Amino acid sequence: MLRLYEIKEGIFIAFGAIAANKLRSVLTTLGIVIGIVVVTLMATVIEGMSMALDKSISSLGADVYYLSKWNWFGHEWWKSRNRKNITFREAEQLRQRFTHAEAVAPVVSSWQQTIKYRNRSVKGNLNGTVPEYEITSGVVPADGRFFNEYEASAGRPVCIIGHDVAANLFEREDPIGKSIKIGGYNYRVIGVLEREGDFLGTSFFSKDTQAFIPATNFLKIFGTNRSIDIHVKLSKELPKDDAREEMIGVFREIRGILPGEENDFGVNTQDFLKQVFDSVVATIGIVGFLITSLSLLVGGVGIMNIMFVSVKERTREIGTRKALGATRRAILFQFLVEAATICLLGGLIGLALSWPLSLIIDEILPSRMPLWVVVLSLSISICVGLLSGIIPAYTAARMNPVDALRYE
Amino acid sequence: MSLIHLKDVVKSYDMGAEIVHALSGVTMDIETNEYVAIMGPSGSGKSTLMNVIGCLDTPTSGLYEFNGENVGNMDDNELASIRNRQIGFVFQTFNLLPRSTALHNVELPLIYAGLPAAARRERAEEALAAVGLSDRMTHKPNELSGGQRQRVAVARALANHPSIILADEPTGNLDSKTGIEIMQLFADLHERGNTLIVVTHEEEIAAHAHRIVRLFDGEIASDLAVETPLVYERRE
Repeated sequence: MLRLYEIKEGIFIAFGAIAANKLRSVLTTLGIVIGIVVVTLMATVIEGMSMALDKSISSLGADVYYLSKWNWFGHEWWKSRNRKNITFREAEQLRQRFTHAEAVAPVVSSWQQTIKYRNRSVKGNLNGTVPEYEITSGVVPADGRFFNEYEASAGRPVCIIGHDVAANLFEREDPIGKSIKIGGYNYRVIGVLEREGDFLGTSFFSKDTQAFIPATNFLKIFGTNRSIDIHVKLSKELPKDDAREEMIGVFREIRGILPGEENDFGVNTQDFLKQVFDSVVATIGIVGFLITSLSLLVGGVGIMNIMFVSVKERTREIGTRKALGATRRAILFQFLVEAATICLLGGLIGLALSWPLSLIIDEILPSRMPLWVVVLSLSISICVGLLSGIIPAYTAARMNPVDALRYE
Repeated sequence: MSLIHLKDVVKSYDMGAEIVHALSGVTMDIETNEYVAIMGPSGSGKSTLMNVIGCLDTPTSGLYEFNGENVGNMDDNELASIRNRQIGFVFQTFNLLPRSTALHNVELPLIYAGLPAAARRERAEEALAAVGLSDRMTHKPNELSGGQRQRVAVARALANHPSIILADEPTGNLDSKTGIEIMQLFADLHERGNTLIVVTHEEEIAAHAHRIVRLFDGEIASDLAVETPLVYERRE
């Protein structure tokens, strides 16, 4: 049973002892400091990345499949090179023959096209698509609207631009109705999308930096010899896996793949992102865990060492306390609290260092230091202190008062 | 029933090659409000006797009863408790916590007794007032003179209202003038009803006591009442 006054007295003594040996205490905590810096930065990066991923994933949609010439991850890309392009005709056939889709949207893209308004210009990915894209992607126009069926089939020169494109091209003007130049053609802006934020920590794939025009217009500029992506949002009638198999089956037929042959197209979902992310997190986690454990081990041994010194130095004090009625437990507790306090100090120094470091890292990787990381690091510090303090504290607790009082 | 009852107390240490008998059969009683000096040359066993009486150590054989309780049967926690509540120690080297104020030093036994903070403070202030250090409560030991430090230690011994005050060479580290001050303080404490046991090798210090027990080779050589204990004239 621990009593409050014992805790208070323990902390009081601990601070006294630490204050009396400031430099020694701070140097002792070095291992703990390094351990805590590593563990917080690691958690910060993982947390930040998973936040970015969650946001990106939610922008992809859980039940949306991306049929593409390429597999996003984990496939030999050189094999994909020789695959047949996916065409608008195939997309149209899929729309007609696959009945479990809420929406099918072919998308053809060209990266880093110049978009101009008067004397201003920005670069961004240009997409040619159909009105169903609004459903498959879940984009919401903040201003104006997406293009409609008529505009798409007639190839009207209209476009929807991302948030950043609008912000960069139109400083104080309302973009709606303005004419911008894409690939040498004039387009009328009919919609500006809501801000989406970075995708996986970069603006490159974010819709904020992109522009959308009817597919017909896109083909007019860039020709028909590029492979398109087909975005398929499944309807909820069938279980997801069944619908997916059905979709793949229909598309294999359209592509004329014989039974037993491999797919010559990639079926991508957000799940792949998750897999890649998980493996990255696992790597960071293992490396971080090794460094952390190592430095905490070294730090813990350092604390243990300094606690032995502290116990030795204060043998007479221990004897006096025992003569005055301190029980073994009170002495044990006093030194445990002292060890824990030194480690807590190390943890706080570690946090104080990793806070600015996390801001620097945030420039490279998405990162975020949540409260649980702070709580975790401080708990780890205290645990290391308690663990490494046990043996010295026990040594102190079981000292014979007569010998301790006589100690010179 | 005596406050302290020792019967055939033996304390021996196993030094590997031989067994050393620090106390070889000590029998004595000390009553409440006695003022006893324990004397003897070094190696006579007076420190060992003090450790046994102070419950810092238990006898190898023989009976030691404190207030009717057999100390020999006590475990570590019970010994700690009896030291805390019944015995006030005064050491030759003061043994104050160097980084704590006089007040906190005096509070220390009260902390281990589990007293709440307010009561602790009140008792500690009272004890410091009893040794005439009311104006030095927030001073740390290194801001006090030797005599004042020993008085803080006496206040610490008094704080828990113990049954006995056990002083081991209390003037050993003081000059003769401050030594006299401490002995005056002891005389006052005795007058107020405290039981005092002073371990010393100085005849002049022992002369203040009302009874002198002399040890030699671990045995009581003499145990005599003092006819006229030495009393210093008050300067006030």
